Amino acid sequence: MNPFVSFTRKEFYHIFRDVRTMAILLIIPVILIILFGYAISTEIKSSPLAVLDYSRDEVTNRLTEQLQAGEYFTVYRTVDSYEEVETLFRQGKIRLAVVFPAQFSSTGQPAVQILADATDPNEATALLQYATAIISTSGVAGGNLSAEAGRPGVVPTANLLYNPQMKGAYNFVPGVMGLILILICSMMTSVGIVKEKESGTMEILLVSPLKPVYIILAKATPYLLLSMINIATILLLSRFLLDVPVAGSMILLVSISILYALVSLCLGLLISTVADTQQAAMLISGMALMLPVMLLSGMIFPVENMPWILRVLSAIVPAKWYIIAVKDVMIKGLGIEAILNEIGVMLCMILFLIAVSVKRFKTRL
Amino acid sequence: MDSVVVNHIVKTYGDVRALTDISLTVEAGELFGLIGPDGAGKTTLFRILTTLLLPDSGSALVCGLDVAKDWREIRTRVGYMPGRFSLYQDLSVEENLSFFATVFNTTVKENYDLIRDIYVQIEPFKNRRAGKLSGGMKQKLALCCALIHRPDVLLLDEPTTGVDPVSRVEFWDMLDRLKKQGIGILVSTPYMDEASRCDRIALMRDGRCFTTGSPGHVCQSFQKLVYSVRSANMYKLLADVRSWPGTYACYTFGDSHHLTLKDDAPNLENLETCLKEKGHTDVLLNPVKPGVEDCFMELGAN
Repeated sequence: MNPFVSFTRKEFYHIFRDVRTMAILLIIPVILIILFGYAISTEIKSSPLAVLDYSRDEVTNRLTEQLQAGEYFTVYRTVDSYEEVETLFRQGKIRLAVVFPAQFSSTGQPAVQILADATDPNEATALLQYATAIISTSGVAGGNLSAEAGRPGVVPTANLLYNPQMKGAYNFVPGVMGLILILICSMMTSVGIVKEKESGTMEILLVSPLKPVYIILAKATPYLLLSMINIATILLLSRFLLDVPVAGSMILLVSISILYALVSLCLGLLISTVADTQQAAMLISGMALMLPVMLLSGMIFPVENMPWILRVLSAIVPAKWYIIAVKDVMIKGLGIEAILNEIGVMLCMILFLIAVSVKRFKTRL
Repeated sequence: MDSVVVNHIVKTYGDVRALTDISLTVEAGELFGLIGPDGAGKTTLFRILTTLLLPDSGSALVCGLDVAKDWREIRTRVGYMPGRFSLYQDLSVEENLSFFATVFNTTVKENYDLIRDIYVQIEPFKNRRAGKLSGGMKQKLALCCALIHRPDVLLLDEPTTGVDPVSRVEFWDMLDRLKKQGIGILVSTPYMDEASRCDRIALMRDGRCFTTGSPGHVCQSFQKLVYSVRSANMYKLLADVRSWPGTYACYTFGDSHHLTLKDDAPNLENLETCLKEKGHTDVLLNPVKPGVEDCFMELGAN
């Protein structure tokens, strides 16, 4: 049998016989997706709202019902005074308050006051926008409620493309895919190789005709298959659990994911040439990759707003390119011609990392 | 052609001098033993010969190939068994063996005749994971894996450490059979009693190689007379013998103490009376033939 095939088969034995590690590798993506999907969400969902209604007529009732009807707000309480509103804000019971003045619908220029808790400015802005949108599009009072009503001038018509409901999942699923794949893949390969150093088997492998490139590639192959299972898990979960549809070609999406997994595996190979113990390999691939990926990939914070030095640094974070490509294909539904740039960058990274790992691979102790 | 030739090898790790001017030769079909305690530099020498380390100075040839220049070729031709058990613990006996066979571009079948005698002993456990084997079994499997590509030279670093006495004897019997196939074998051991199983031995200590030669020759070169001393209280005896003015050195050797005398020592009756005065009973004093261990202790005393 070919040494390469035999080596790969041996790696599969290692993986399948270490049930605990394999379970961890397969379950981590599930946990992370669920964690990011539900716990770490920046979306507005069922924000508590107080209504102070001095008018108490049919129109204000309907408006209140409409605020309640959407999934953004729930009416926490209908109150009778500003003091009560303030108390509720102070107690943190509500995020928003809507005030209808007396004789709301009978005046020619009906006005609504909206109060928001701006301790979190982003959230407050979003809440204000949603509330304004619901009230102004409600059609109540003959459309007179619109801010521009009766006034001549430009009326902007906003259209949210690709993600009309502004779901957070659309943004973080590509990000989490980028994070999970790079963490797991780099950890798997780096630990796999360092384990051989630790157990002393590397000493025997070195005193054999095996070429370093064989050892390195044979190590990466089984983990690539394992990461394909991870890719499938993530895509299934995001499709059916988080309702993020795949707008573009599934084949293209899977292909760029495999390409990205390869980049991460190669990164793991590089780590293995630096680390001497499994703990060190875990630390480097876990901690040292986690921060740049989370902060510089555009997963959480937009790269465009960063100082130039961080923007430059972000270019060497593989996750950045992958996340851009996934957003283009998965959310926007673009074809391969839109992501040629990202594919090119990732291919170059693979070649570079393999070359450096093979060169750095110690042929002696 | 000589299997291994080592010329004036020096190796240091930072400030620590691991090997100082080591020279030795292992002929084809010869079983050569490196005898020395832990830290003598045996493993460093093995790693240089397997091309895993480069010597600071000096040169070494394995199968006639230079360890620094022709390391790739050497790696295909030596069989190496590191001191620590270094097979895949989670692979079975059979899987380990066939893996190492394919790594060397060969098959178990092709070279089965070479390992048959050893492999039949572990074959009943061929489906057991290597990590679950006993110490002796592990070493036999490691030897099989080191032999599976029919190497020209076998380098075994402390193959019998941690192995029970019966398995150790069996292991040396196997080495005897292997050298008859023309394989040059360099083996290290901290056990002095195994020295007599070698064709030639070199005594190593603190990175230096002392006497080299056949075990008999090494013992003959031992100049002093050796006596074995016993009494009812062996522990007290050691201190008392050492305090006797004529004692050059006295060490525990199994169930007796071995004593060497100074050149100007008074005769032994003086010692016997001296010991009896100190309350020893059943004192036995006999001359014995010096063994490798005596030579070794002599090295330490110098």
